[in-house]
Amino acid sequence: MSDVTITVDGRSVAVSDDATILDACRDLGQDQPTLCYLENLTPVNACRVCVVEVEGSRTLVPSCSRSAEEGMVVKTDSPRVRLSRKMVLEFLASSVDLSQSTEEVHSWLDQYEVDVARYGPQVTGAAPRDGRHAGHHAIPTGLTAETVDQPVKVDNELYIRDYAKCILCYKCVEACGEDAQNTFAIAVAGRGFDARISTEFDVALPGSACVYCGNCIGVCPTGALQFRSEYELRQEGLWEEDEQTVTRTVCSYCGVGCNLELHVQDNRIVKVTSPMDHSVTNGHLCIKGRFGYDYVQELGDDLASTPIDIVLKRARSG
Amino acid sequence: MWGSNARSAHPIFFHHILKGIHNGARMYCVDPRRSDSAQWADVWLGIDVGTDIALANAVAKVIVDEGLHRLDFIEKSTTGFDDFVESIQSYTLEYAEQTTGVPGDVIREMAIAYATAESAQICWTLGITEHHNATDNVLALINLSLLTGHVGRYGSGLVPVRGQNNVQGGGDMGALPNKLPGFQDVEDHEARGKFEAQWGHPIPAKAGNHLTLMFEAMEHGDMKALYVIGENPAQSEADVGKARRIMRGLDFLVVQDIFLTRTAEMADVVFPAAADWCEADGTVTSSERRVQRVRKALEPPGDAKTDVEIVSMLAAELGYSWGLPKAEELWDELRSLSPMHAGMSYQRLEDLGGLQWPCYDEEHPGELFLHGRLWEDPPRGRLAPFSPIVHAPPVDQLSDEFPYRMTTGRHLDSYNTGVQSGGYDSPLRAGGTIDVSPEDAASLEIAEGELVTVSSRRGSLEAPLRIDEALRPGLVFMTLHFPDEADVNQLTIEAWDPQSGTAEFKATAVRLEKAAL
Repeated sequence: MSDVTITVDGRSVAVSDDATILDACRDLGQDQPTLCYLENLTPVNACRVCVVEVEGSRTLVPSCSRSAEEGMVVKTDSPRVRLSRKMVLEFLASSVDLSQSTEEVHSWLDQYEVDVARYGPQVTGAAPRDGRHAGHHAIPTGLTAETVDQPVKVDNELYIRDYAKCILCYKCVEACGEDAQNTFAIAVAGRGFDARISTEFDVALPGSACVYCGNCIGVCPTGALQFRSEYELRQEGLWEEDEQTVTRTVCSYCGVGCNLELHVQDNRIVKVTSPMDHSVTNGHLCIKGRFGYDYVQELGDDLASTPIDIVLKRARSG
Repeated sequence: MWGSNARSAHPIFFHHILKGIHNGARMYCVDPRRSDSAQWADVWLGIDVGTDIALANAVAKVIVDEGLHRLDFIEKSTTGFDDFVESIQSYTLEYAEQTTGVPGDVIREMAIAYATAESAQICWTLGITEHHNATDNVLALINLSLLTGHVGRYGSGLVPVRGQNNVQGGGDMGALPNKLPGFQDVEDHEARGKFEAQWGHPIPAKAGNHLTLMFEAMEHGDMKALYVIGENPAQSEADVGKARRIMRGLDFLVVQDIFLTRTAEMADVVFPAAADWCEADGTVTSSERRVQRVRKALEPPGDAKTDVEIVSMLAAELGYSWGLPKAEELWDELRSLSPMHAGMSYQRLEDLGGLQWPCYDEEHPGELFLHGRLWEDPPRGRLAPFSPIVHAPPVDQLSDEFPYRMTTGRHLDSYNTGVQSGGYDSPLRAGGTIDVSPEDAASLEIAEGELVTVSSRRGSLEAPLRIDEALRPGLVFMTLHFPDEADVNQLTIEAWDPQSGTAEFKATAVRLEKAAL
């Protein structure tokens, strides 16, 4: 593979000819914000938060998918780039609950001086959105910020879907589809502001094609998809991420050798993830690896001494 | 894919297969059921249970008749080709079609596709090995790879996919009746001497018994005590009623397990053990020979101790003072005795995310695939032998009294006898059903959910009927996951392969009747 040399913010960098602009930026230690991009998924160019300015290009280009080309001159922090990223993040932050998004997302909100207040008070009310049809809703007054607030979907023992937190990055659709699981249980339904992630005909997960691999949870950057255990613990104010240990081990089931990261709080497994940089799993698991650990949990039923156990038990009672 | 439903049984391995399929790889799936895996195949070969050798030999005959075998490789790297060719002459497409149920032109298509592919792999699991002639089944597949040179090259090979997270590691570590760690022969004086010197104790110079022979020895009263570690034979053995009777006849049974399993309930002494994968440190070896670290993330419950602690304490009671060695210390001793593990320090396993054996020193990267030696000029080591193999049908034959062929397998969300997977509530859990084709359900006049009495020559059980369109008429299916609901091994036959000791779980003759209310 031959090298190509590009310039990023005045610094020159040589990368292989299959590298993207984002790869080149990362080589320089200049990571760019991304929401819909993930190393183990095909770029879908949905979020536009990674856009950069390329000399000679009429529009801003997504750095996560645009190939680096010989002689390219890239700016990642020009006023035009900053404004575009600010707008993207403001539209999301004003319409979506980002409270449980990653720390990175919050740092970008600060970095690009996101000002949600200027869109007016956010409309909340948690009405279901799945029955909406394009064009069939009231014309906004412009005085309030429209949101995607809606009730949490809790319809099975293993995970919940809180689409009030969904930024439509499509990562879950990709992970459920060709990039990993190939189950195709979910897709984007609706149009425009009514676009949403949905099972076929909005059936509950147990009636859908879902096989509960949880790979959609693994890629979700905003907490819209969560382990039932994490969700219930958060509801009770018992989710203590700072006190959790994360230990890498190997799944106890079949012989494939999937690596698991056990998130442990108070000697209880509260979540299982998988490292993205491991060649066996590429971050993905099956239902047994992701959820089949209860046999090593000995959950007590004394509310005073083991409140976390009570919640974990309830989380699995369906 | 031959006798493997990896989509359900090895889902993350199947992710890699799917990447290949999306990149244009063709898949042929040989399976009695149109399984979850078969649904991704270019061609599904719906074979009758237990006729794999007839199919493999017919494939070989097509390849030879069409002149598609790789003569340069065969002459240089194999032995026994002429005898093999003679042995397959009777396996015509007509014979194979009649015996296997797979149309002759489909067999021919697969044979030509396999032989002419630049690279090709045969992946199999228990559909090949849980038969009375398991080893012969495997040899028949090996013959195909030798004919075509699809072995020992990048992208080509033979891929038995392992069913447990450390069944490979168990073998690697010498948990076999005839092997010491690193597959060194227990009857090889030099190899054994090396271990005896390190351990300061003589080791029995004769190979021991595998599980099936142990049960025979127990049955004949030659073996009176049994120490079971992490196995549940009281539910997992074929013809399990007989296995339980035999175990009840023991003078002394010790069980070391993380649960009070049905086997543990029968024991005189139970050692409560910690769960290796999350309550102890150590290593496991995956299907691709990748040795990886497992790490302690949880404190074990109550008095449970790690396997190393239990064995060490037992040794102390027997008068040997081993102390309580750390996992890494034991591993380093193993590395000093097993050349194929020598280069795998804990640090390297940590840094590299595991290493694939053989790995002879700390500079060695591990081997991506085996048998590359066959392509060296001249080939290094023993040449690869062809094995003339004769088709032999399942032992439990169909009859008017037992007209249905029952086979067994796994569901996506469950595992073996359910000791582990039964612990979590799965929205997918189907329970212990008897699965039949829509045609058979109609002719039996039994509706989905109705109780069926399933009887074999050995036992009988009741299970609710489930209609499965993946099944062909005459073929029925049960899983082994729910022995408390549907004790499937009451039905299975203990006929076993003399070389591997594996029982014929995959082929049982049964009768179905609507259960009396």
